[in-house]
Amino acid sequence: MNKMRKILVCHGTGCIGGGAEQIFSLLEKEKTRLNLSNVVLKRTGCHGFCQRGPLVIVEPEGILYCKVQPQDVPEIVQSLLPGGNPPQRLFYHDPVTGDPIPYYRDITFYKKQQRRVLRNCGRIDPEDIEDYLERGGYQALQKALMEMTQEQIIDEVKRSGLRGLGGAGFPTGKKWEVCYKAQSDEKYVICNGDEGDPGAFQDRSLMEGDPHSILEGMIIAGFAVGAKKGFIYVRAEYPLAVKRLKIAINQAKEKGFLGKNILGCDFDFDIEIFQGAGAFVCGESTALIESMEGKRGMPKPHPRPRLAEVGLWGKPTLINNVKTFANIPLIIANGAEWFASIGTEKSKGTAIFSLTGKVVNSGLIEVPMGIKLREIIYDIGGGIPNGKAFKAVQTGGPSGGCLPARLLDMPVDFDSLTEAGSMMGSGGMVVMDEDTCMVDVARYFLEFTVRESCGKCIPCRVGTKQMYDILDAITKGEGKREDIDLLLELSEVIKRASLCALGQTAPNPVLTTIRYFREEYEAHIFEKRCPAGVCDRLTR
Amino acid sequence: MKEEKKEEKLLKEILALYKSNKSELIPILLQVQSTFGYLPPKSIKVIARFLNMSESQIYAVASFYTQFRLTPLGKKRVSVCRGTACHIRGASHILREIERILGLKEGETSADLEYTLDTVACIGCCALAPCLKINDKVYGEMTIEKVREIFSVSEKQ
Repeated sequence: MNKMRKILVCHGTGCIGGGAEQIFSLLEKEKTRLNLSNVVLKRTGCHGFCQRGPLVIVEPEGILYCKVQPQDVPEIVQSLLPGGNPPQRLFYHDPVTGDPIPYYRDITFYKKQQRRVLRNCGRIDPEDIEDYLERGGYQALQKALMEMTQEQIIDEVKRSGLRGLGGAGFPTGKKWEVCYKAQSDEKYVICNGDEGDPGAFQDRSLMEGDPHSILEGMIIAGFAVGAKKGFIYVRAEYPLAVKRLKIAINQAKEKGFLGKNILGCDFDFDIEIFQGAGAFVCGESTALIESMEGKRGMPKPHPRPRLAEVGLWGKPTLINNVKTFANIPLIIANGAEWFASIGTEKSKGTAIFSLTGKVVNSGLIEVPMGIKLREIIYDIGGGIPNGKAFKAVQTGGPSGGCLPARLLDMPVDFDSLTEAGSMMGSGGMVVMDEDTCMVDVARYFLEFTVRESCGKCIPCRVGTKQMYDILDAITKGEGKREDIDLLLELSEVIKRASLCALGQTAPNPVLTTIRYFREEYEAHIFEKRCPAGVCDRLTR
Repeated sequence: MKEEKKEEKLLKEILALYKSNKSELIPILLQVQSTFGYLPPKSIKVIARFLNMSESQIYAVASFYTQFRLTPLGKKRVSVCRGTACHIRGASHILREIERILGLKEGETSADLEYTLDTVACIGCCALAPCLKINDKVYGEMTIEKVREIFSVSEKQ
């Protein structure tokens, strides 16, 4: 008897771009040709190591093949025959020693990670509910509906210390409680999947790789706050996520996890997908609601009472991020204490980052809160490629900031990042080396903000444009003596006077680059020099 | 004339799926756009009537979101990613090279409706930066050479 084997082919957007679909059909042909009845082929969501894609994994051994090309397929399949040898050249090779590493659990990229929310990503077929069920899926829903009251669920979430993973870090349980207590005949649950930060793709990967975990979290939330209807707001640029979520919703309906009298209980809940139409500002909850009501997605002053009391169509509305909902089944199934057993005092659980930029290993990672930046960049990320020197790491996208080498030993959690002038944001982490110009990076982010500002309030609409013009002039060698002070002054006004978080956080990339890399601004302004050699009108 | 009739028929079929609810505006616009490739002027009129809104209200929404187009797009939609990871890995050089090859600036469509060149805030394939998309296919780890290969002379003709 031959041992049962699974061949998993990553079908995240990155691996599909690299040709994963063709690899899959070739594997299928080869499997049929050799008549291997003990081998199961599966399409999975993102396995995380996007940069080495297309990825093929053989379980139960856990062999990882990188950058698989069509001509490699016969060898991979034939290695599963008795006495076959896995093709070594497709293994990951240690960047320092050059040694081949066959098993993914031994690769530093995976070793330091703690995959809780991403536990199923890259391991199950996201288009098959049976795979999710096999790994304990929908058991938390069962527990919530059969064994717990609404108050008990909210209490569990509160005690877990889970904070909103969309960026702001508001305590999730508290939000749920407000919505639960709001009196209304109708309430809504919205999952915010309008991931718009450039350099972040963890929400997409989760929606594509494990859609049922998000649905399960939303259904539990619906039960807890007393809502019957949920929406997933998905960014227009993510068609694959929409497709997989739609499949998941239909399968959940067939199994009775969605619809009327869920699991035989007196509880009805439905989920619909709402596709965004391309506006970064719609990640802001009041703008998101405007957009769902068919209007321009322009933010409003945050209402008192809160959205949890007066939200979509004037009804109490609970809005949480994709990752926040995906944590819920884990908390309900394993308990608040289990969840809070890792992390820091005020940031519990794990954080998911898209680790990219000038780093050897890039991809999707999940780490315990409180891990040091250095461990992420040097252990998981494998350091800076081509022998270059580390300069900065950018977190939080256009709302965050650039942190220098001397902060590498800082713990990564909501409060430390904010204190350093950056923020957790939605989870982008872009590494920059000596060839990255910090003034150009600041200019880049302001260009983004200028494009994406909705134009409603003046500090954001006019202020960010003024800042952009000054930064643009500096990178062209036209900077003036007073520019740095002027940038600081404008930043202060925009932060204080803007209507929503987009404007309030827009100056962060400028403020942090001035705070930590002032000498680069001065070199541009006074010596007409760009030390990184990026600004092409200046000398190096 | 025949074309116009066909357009009207398609619009009717789309609208039949909706209930004349104002909050359906964005889903309707997305569907019209995916059917026609852009929002034809006629469709704005028809949608306005269907939702009992003014045409200017429809234009206000259509012009706010980057997905919506009021002019026809090229057969091949080239979207260059300007995400952060792509930016620091040289996306601007990639864009410049494509602009040179196609003779188009960002946001333009060629006169023969073959190509539309655009940029997007982030495709979400940051680990493969710099990247671009042609219609739905993602091309990662772009270099000037790879760009030239993709848009080889034969492709252009």
